[in-house]
Amino acid sequence: MTEKKWPETWQEVNPGCMVFRPGSASEYHTGSWRAKRPIWENEKCIKCGVCYIYCPEGCVTETADGFFEANLDYCKGCGICAHECWPAAIKMVNEED
Amino acid sequence: MGKRVGMEVAIASAEAAALCKFDVAAVYPITPQSHVAEHLSDIVNDGRVDASFITVESEHSALSAAIGAAGTGARVVTATSSQGLIYMSEVLPIASAMRLPIVMLIANRAISGPINIWNDHSDIMPMRDTGWISFFAENGQEVVDMTIQAFKVGEDRRVMLPVNMNMDGFQLTHMVEPIIMPDQEEVDRFLPPYVPYAALHPDNIVSMGTLGLPEIYAEAQKSKDVALVNSIKVVKEVWKEWEKQFGRKYETIQSYRTEDADVALVTMGSMGETAEIAVDELRKQGVKAGLLKIKLWRPFPFDDLKKAVQGIRVLAVTDRAISFGGPGGPVCSEIRSALYDEPKRPEIVNFIIGLGGRDVQVENFMDIVRRAAKGKLSEPYEIYGVRG
Repeated sequence: MTEKKWPETWQEVNPGCMVFRPGSASEYHTGSWRAKRPIWENEKCIKCGVCYIYCPEGCVTETADGFFEANLDYCKGCGICAHECWPAAIKMVNEED
Repeated sequence: MGKRVGMEVAIASAEAAALCKFDVAAVYPITPQSHVAEHLSDIVNDGRVDASFITVESEHSALSAAIGAAGTGARVVTATSSQGLIYMSEVLPIASAMRLPIVMLIANRAISGPINIWNDHSDIMPMRDTGWISFFAENGQEVVDMTIQAFKVGEDRRVMLPVNMNMDGFQLTHMVEPIIMPDQEEVDRFLPPYVPYAALHPDNIVSMGTLGLPEIYAEAQKSKDVALVNSIKVVKEVWKEWEKQFGRKYETIQSYRTEDADVALVTMGSMGETAEIAVDELRKQGVKAGLLKIKLWRPFPFDDLKKAVQGIRVLAVTDRAISFGGPGGPVCSEIRSALYDEPKRPEIVNFIIGLGGRDVQVENFMDIVRRAAKGKLSEPYEIYGVRG
């Protein structure tokens, strides 16, 4: 049985909202706060990994072909990766676009 | 059987906590609570309980340390007063939200400014909505009894909430009173060892104090509110058990000579005893006066209040704090809203008394009853005896 992401009703809330399993913080999909998201243009990317190093959420990962992408469940759209990317391979675009 | 002793009430409250064999005390001293802090420290230093005393640099730290200790499953006591309680304010709702049954001894004192170390209830009133159970003691015996009861109520698996025990600063804390101090065997029988619902330990996985996103925050608050509202059943059950074992009766609202009363005073805390004398004097003069003493402030005993006011024509509610710019004192506004939907309700007048240690004497209570008997005041609430 898959566990619910969070209790449906107040009766299901554990006393003190205690959580009795490890790693549950990863279920908070804080990326929903995002207003802008990063888009990689891989033709400009030199695979230096600066975006990976600077991402304060640790949500940028290297793909099998050596490029990078953000896990949008956690990316808050801060734009630090785009700011630091010196070949300017990352653009921040509005969520609604 | 317990022993009748003459003891300063602040010291007695610490002795009562020692009888409960607390594991941790995290306390920062402040007048008029200092004797509680000092005596808890002495008790630990002398090895009278197997406990740690955490010396902290502030009240904010005191309650934070108390929460950390309670999270490991320790039985924890803390104590404060006035500015110290206000300084704890950021942490107070966290203790209740985490459902940790910490017991806090509060020596009630006015808050600044002007700076004032004397007694009123302006420290606890702004903190009333933080989800703690609040007891109000009237005398030294109640301080001792309620301290022990507080652990039992808070630790009950149906409650799991922190409890504060309010005792008027100086008027109670610094008085030497005759107190029946229960003995260890009696307290052990009444209060079993604390078995926490969960405890932080490397062998057991538990996260406490988690993030609550908008999807869960309202449900979390509802769950805390229901726990606090329902705790009244456990408070009453524990008080019944106390009465059975120790012979002293506790009620959420204690009525004094109200059977045929026309006008009844309402008090909370140590002034109840002065008000009792005023009621007796008025009765001698043929005035049908009575008195209601509130002992449980949170959760507020709405049903008991409705029963207690039956037949009373005028309620003279006394408050020892001002809700600035509000509808009256906090006790009075609670009582007014509690009775609003009742088809038959008494007239309610509100006197704010005893601010910042201002003495309130028997004659003052007699005067309040006589004026209340005439009905409405010229203003929604009156600061009694204020000059000008």
